[in-house]
Amino acid sequence: MAKLKGLKCRECKKEYPAEPLHVCEFCFGPLEVNYNYDEIREAISRDTISQGPKSLWRYAALLPIEGPPTVGLHGGLTPMVKADRLARALGLDSLYLKNDTVNHPTLSFKDRVVAVALTRAKELGFDTVACASTGNLANSVSAHAAQAGLKCYVFIPSDLEAAKILGNLIYKPTVVAVEGNYDDVNRLCSEIASEYSWAFVNINIRPYYAEGSKTLAYETAEQLGWRSPDHVVVPIASGSLLTKIWKGLKEFEQLGFIPPVKTRVSGAQAEGCSPVAEAFKAKRDFIKPVKPRTIAKSLAIGNPADGYYALKTVKETGGSVETATDPEIVEGITLLAETEGIFAETAGGVTIAVLKKLAAQGKIRKGDVTVAYITGHGLKTQEAVMQAVGEPVRIQPNLTSFEQTIQNTKRREA
Amino acid sequence: MASLKFHITFPENKIKEPVIYQIGQKYQVVTNIRKADVTEKTGWMDLELTGDPKEIERAVAGLKKFGVKVDPIERNIIE
Repeated sequence: MAKLKGLKCRECKKEYPAEPLHVCEFCFGPLEVNYNYDEIREAISRDTISQGPKSLWRYAALLPIEGPPTVGLHGGLTPMVKADRLARALGLDSLYLKNDTVNHPTLSFKDRVVAVALTRAKELGFDTVACASTGNLANSVSAHAAQAGLKCYVFIPSDLEAAKILGNLIYKPTVVAVEGNYDDVNRLCSEIASEYSWAFVNINIRPYYAEGSKTLAYETAEQLGWRSPDHVVVPIASGSLLTKIWKGLKEFEQLGFIPPVKTRVSGAQAEGCSPVAEAFKAKRDFIKPVKPRTIAKSLAIGNPADGYYALKTVKETGGSVETATDPEIVEGITLLAETEGIFAETAGGVTIAVLKKLAAQGKIRKGDVTVAYITGHGLKTQEAVMQAVGEPVRIQPNLTSFEQTIQNTKRREA
Repeated sequence: MASLKFHITFPENKIKEPVIYQIGQKYQVVTNIRKADVTEKTGWMDLELTGDPKEIERAVAGLKKFGVKVDPIERNIIE
């Protein structure tokens, strides 16, 4: 039997073939990939992984593709940084940063999910891919589609700033600016996905696409020396990343690659868009949609598809969900840059700010081996920190002026 | 004929109103509730609307006018 059994409803467990489907026809629950783990166990070991490609595809046996990978061959396997200077600033002993700001080719964790989605889309015979996005996802789909020779459509709300779409246009997708608000774009895309034979990565290909996030967990365990951390801090947008990191760790445990997982999974949201954090704090088990108002645009999902499952994971693992205000997000970005030399986008600022809060509250213990996920590069959201980075020191073109300035700077620092 | 799936969320002040009944009466659509959780404070519903596409559009506009939040079944798609 093949490793890919098909799809299965997360709610009622009804099984479906491994086709471009995403909603259970019976209960409307989301579908996810159903694997044959006995088959996988035969095909993969710590050794085969270690000797595999230096990319996310070293875990291909645990990803929902049937043939060899064909798209995004260089994504993943990003650095796991031991963040000692940041750890000291936060009062922690053993802090690591999973640095997806340097993911290939578009500098965000979306390169993982899109590599898997487009490889699967090609296997399913699609020649056109699509997504609705205001940033990282559009970037990644456009770049990967260009490399794979696929036709590409990107849907955006028409009021999106021009600068946001430049990074996509360079790859020559068809960018469709929809006259309407975010709700209108969401609804239109849902209808287009049901009408057109396209691989809409986060709609009809979503069960496959979402599995790409598991590679962050696999890499975490492998790079820590085949063990799971005590605590992870994950930004929450749709909620998929957090749930898949947990799933990845549990799969490694199930395959016997790591000892039993006791990781506490915590989520990070911007205060201006925190439907999961609100539900967590109110001890609710469902998500109330909110209207986003935050500088962390890549996390601004007011009605997250996997919010319920993210909340459930956090509760089950003994984690927490915290929020960061806009000033705290900027402070998080600058703290990360100043201590570890990593320039993260606003989502990274949210993660660092929440990491700081959880450490201060004692929810992350000093000795916990902790991993925080930094999911996108700061060059994508430079406007967020423009006011916080200061000005260059200006001097006259002579040595005296330079030395005077240096003395002044030293005095200020003393 | 088209059939579209929606996730709708009720604010507290709309919980008591027979919104789905009224939509079924006012527009030429078949309403089919597939899953729901409604409490005294809030509630959500996974709803299928079947009918002429234009009539579904009108029914969705009608739902919004009632003050309930209407999202596609996938919730937020823009990432």
